[in-house]
Amino acid sequence: MKHIKEIETKDLKKSAEKGGCGECQTSCVGNQTC
Amino acid sequence: MVHQFKNNGLNIVLDVNSGKVFVPDDMTYRIIGLYENKTTDEIKNELSSEYPAEEIEEGIKEVSELKEKGVLFSEDTFMPVAEAFMERRKPVIKALCLHIAHDCNLACKYCFAEEGEYHGKRELMPAEVGKRALDLLVESSGDRKNLEVDFFGGEPLMNWNAVKEIVLYGREIEKKNNKRFRFTLTTNGILLNKEIASFLNEEMSNVVLSIDGRKEVNDNARPFRNGMGSYDIILPKFLELAEERNQENYYVRGTFTRWNKDFSRDVLHLADLGFKQISVEPVVSEEDRDYSIREEDLPEIFDQYDLLAKEMLKRNREGKGFNFFHFMIDMSGGPCIYKRLTGCGSGYEYLAVTPTGDLYPCHQFVGNREFLLGDVYKGIVRPDIIKEFSDCNIYKKPKCRDCFAKFYCSGGCAANAYMEHKDIYDTYDIGCALMKKRIECAIMLKAAMAEDGGKLS
Repeated sequence: MKHIKEIETKDLKKSAEKGGCGECQTSCVGNQTC
Repeated sequence: MVHQFKNNGLNIVLDVNSGKVFVPDDMTYRIIGLYENKTTDEIKNELSSEYPAEEIEEGIKEVSELKEKGVLFSEDTFMPVAEAFMERRKPVIKALCLHIAHDCNLACKYCFAEEGEYHGKRELMPAEVGKRALDLLVESSGDRKNLEVDFFGGEPLMNWNAVKEIVLYGREIEKKNNKRFRFTLTTNGILLNKEIASFLNEEMSNVVLSIDGRKEVNDNARPFRNGMGSYDIILPKFLELAEERNQENYYVRGTFTRWNKDFSRDVLHLADLGFKQISVEPVVSEEDRDYSIREEDLPEIFDQYDLLAKEMLKRNREGKGFNFFHFMIDMSGGPCIYKRLTGCGSGYEYLAVTPTGDLYPCHQFVGNREFLLGDVYKGIVRPDIIKEFSDCNIYKKPKCRDCFAKFYCSGGCAANAYMEHKDIYDTYDIGCALMKKRIECAIMLKAAMAEDGGKLS
């Protein structure tokens, strides 16, 4: 696109299909990795 | 929902519900701001004196395309997903905070644990209580493989032999139960020595080293009971430990208060000393303390975050970068929506254990007997409290539903909300304001690094 740059981000809607395993670290969320 | 902000010369647009982040030019930034409330002709009229008609057409077309793709002005469709997830998930405990010592050799002026005693008496956790806590964790963790145990205080090194014994017991039971313990520890460093450091480096996935920054700031807030400062004792030990850990898997962690609202100088002081993993965080306390952060302090603190973000970017470009805990954000590999909806899991997935084995929703509730859940021998005897915490998610918090930060903050800290409003379904308002500012700075840093051709995620 000429006027808008896009930053690579996680697709939150797709994560609803595959997420929820619960193996991630306990947080005390923004900076953790799945 | 779209959140637009300018920071450090960049126009940034966050599409909250898809998680997408865009960096538009000035004209298109304005088009996005007008798009949902004006017709195409009205937008053209409004911008026609400043931009060529052809450019405006292009900008509107790009915005329309993104909206059609569902990545701009996208709807929040997660509420039914959240409800279904809450219904089907099995309750498990996956993390414990072991209060290995309700005692401390410092007298930090802002300590929520009141010199480590947590509104009670000075006591150390017997190793047997800690081992029983690990057994309870294994028994209650269902099919979760990754389990976490944090040694907390007070000052954990005042009960070092128990720490070692509990860790070694954990290593003994993890394989036969198909589990993996991730041990962490927080220390003020006073008792740190080579033997302890060696064990920490061998067994602890992360260590948190408490130091507030500049010597005068640290020694004012973190003295011994006789008033003597701690900086000169702890600094050489922390520098050595950070190097031994290859500048990874640790944080030097400070607290800033109303006494040092110029806290960016403390962060940069720690960076100048050579530390690469740094967290300096706002004190959380009732407003009547002389060190409390108040609403009137927010503009000054926001300026400090902006100043720090710019300096971090400059240092990163010079190859002298460092990590600042509250500006770290994983844009492409972050957690799934379920984790973002529910946050830390305090009170059901994550519990705190006192030296006598009592269970509380998290370390900040310890000592408040209204929240006593049970103990490591009897297990949970207050399932009603567990349910109150496990039902809590961003859609149950009125202040969070329409907040742009909801999927990065996950509703904030239950203990802080309870401190301010006596309601875990509320939010700690000053904490919210600070969180939103930090998220903006974090996204700006990612966008700026992307402009530099640096790492995006």
